[in-house]
Amino acid sequence: MSRPSFYWLIILLLLLTVASFFIGLTTGSVSLSLGETWNALRDSSSTQHDILMQLRLPRLLAAFAVGGLLAVAGALLQVLLRNPLADPYILGVSGGAAVATLLAMLAGMTGWWLNGSALLGALGSMLLVFGLAHSAGSWTPARLLLTGVVVAALWGALISFLLAIAAEHHLRGMLFWLMGDLSQSSAWDLPLVILLLSLILLLPFGRDLNLLARGEITAGSLGVQVHRLRLLIYFAASLLTATAVTTAGSVGFVGLIVPHMLRLVLGSDHRRLLPASALLGGSLLMLADTLARSLIAPQQLPVGVLTALIGAPIFLYLLQRESRH
Amino acid sequence: MELLRVTELDVGIGQRSLLHNLNFVIEPGQCWVLLGPNGVGKTTLLHTIAGLCPAQGGSLWLEGHALARMPRRVVAQRLGLLPQVSKDNFPSTVLETALTGRHPHLSRWQAEGPDDEQLARSALAQMDLQDYADRLCQTLSGGERRRLALATLLVQAPALLLLDEPSNHLDLRHQIAVLQHLRGLADSGKHGLLLSLHDINLAARYCDHALLLFTGGNWLAGPAKELFTNDNLSRLYGHPITATQTTTGQQVFMPL
Repeated sequence: MSRPSFYWLIILLLLLTVASFFIGLTTGSVSLSLGETWNALRDSSSTQHDILMQLRLPRLLAAFAVGGLLAVAGALLQVLLRNPLADPYILGVSGGAAVATLLAMLAGMTGWWLNGSALLGALGSMLLVFGLAHSAGSWTPARLLLTGVVVAALWGALISFLLAIAAEHHLRGMLFWLMGDLSQSSAWDLPLVILLLSLILLLPFGRDLNLLARGEITAGSLGVQVHRLRLLIYFAASLLTATAVTTAGSVGFVGLIVPHMLRLVLGSDHRRLLPASALLGGSLLMLADTLARSLIAPQQLPVGVLTALIGAPIFLYLLQRESRH
Repeated sequence: MELLRVTELDVGIGQRSLLHNLNFVIEPGQCWVLLGPNGVGKTTLLHTIAGLCPAQGGSLWLEGHALARMPRRVVAQRLGLLPQVSKDNFPSTVLETALTGRHPHLSRWQAEGPDDEQLARSALAQMDLQDYADRLCQTLSGGERRRLALATLLVQAPALLLLDEPSNHLDLRHQIAVLQHLRGLADSGKHGLLLSLHDINLAARYCDHALLLFTGGNWLAGPAKELFTNDNLSRLYGHPITATQTTTGQQVFMPL
């Protein structure tokens, strides 16, 4: 099997990112040609200018950041579990972050407190899933996925419960927390910064991640500090997921499918896989969100509905293929 | 200088104690075989010596330094382990796998260069895998994977090699080739080896020292010639074993 050069793939992914960005900018309930977009961007008095600068641009940037965050988080969880079917949504990490954020909102917290709660929720959920699945010895894929799915269902029930008893003004829409939605996200700067910083932090550990993916004994005997590396992954994956959840709610399956697709073409070198996942995850979520807001325009679908509709069948297909090995 | 000194080592998993008060020393040029029945603790002992599982008591000295206090990376430059099974859950090529052996020799910011690739390719050739460099590991047979794991250990090039059943899955020709290669490493005088085997005759042919682990936690360590008696081996496996001569004059151990 011959693999495409990494540099060509990155150039291709950058082109895809730029293309998705422009498609997102020009498509919607008001569609614009590239020329009209250019004019509207320069003419700050037009309505189109407001649509672009106030609505589409921040939403696209948020979509890119969330897609990237989830894809990198998924790739990390896959290393931790040595299982290509891991994903922050399926394993209940997103749900834990969503529950914690909702609780914090109901308690009247705002701003950074919400981000902090999301991080604690994600970390707690991660420890819960791993603790439960680990107690009987080693992790098997089936056991871990089952534990994750049940914990995710529990978080879903808790979210529904909290939403049912909460006062109307606390809510930003039920689907936001259950399925993920980008229509209300305003913050794109923090998620982008966190995505970039995590990549910079993680890339020097790329070779260690490659070895951990081969098993703890192999990694340890080649000099990897397995315990510390696992703590780093727990924390980084929780931070990435929590940031995505506070920006766009629980968007599913991006973290599963993006690294999985890239592993097929790139192999499993995480020094390449992580940046490529960030770019592909970002572009795909920009495209998905553009589709979600234009499919039944002027009404909008939450993007999480779309990713689940596309992602769930792919997940089932992969699960089926896994079990045949 | 001695490579490994094991003093008053207690080995176990969790609450379960497997071995008590183990003492032996491995010097460069020596090839030790680790023999014992299933479940007696051979793998756990190898993992404990590699520093991957905590000792229940006693101490380990690697080239004169306390192993427990050495940084993992430094340990991995001097001590390597061939695990009993190597799994590949994600797609990677044979060459990429062999290159992982360079990990302890490269800094966090360094990428593998042409020199590293040269080392990896030469190790693959030594294990008869030179034509497989670009193949995906998942497409290899059990024996080919075993030789790939051995090639990775050769790339790591530690002074002390711990091998957990290196001859597993290998056909007869490769069993001999691999053990001959390992014997060659010992004979170079730079390496010491400790390998677990289930074949007494291979052990007798290629190893100069032996560590016998008996059910119940007793052990014997010393020169293989002295330890390989009918009595010791029969007691070791709980089955009568006797030495006979072949027509060509080779001594072989036969289970009765």
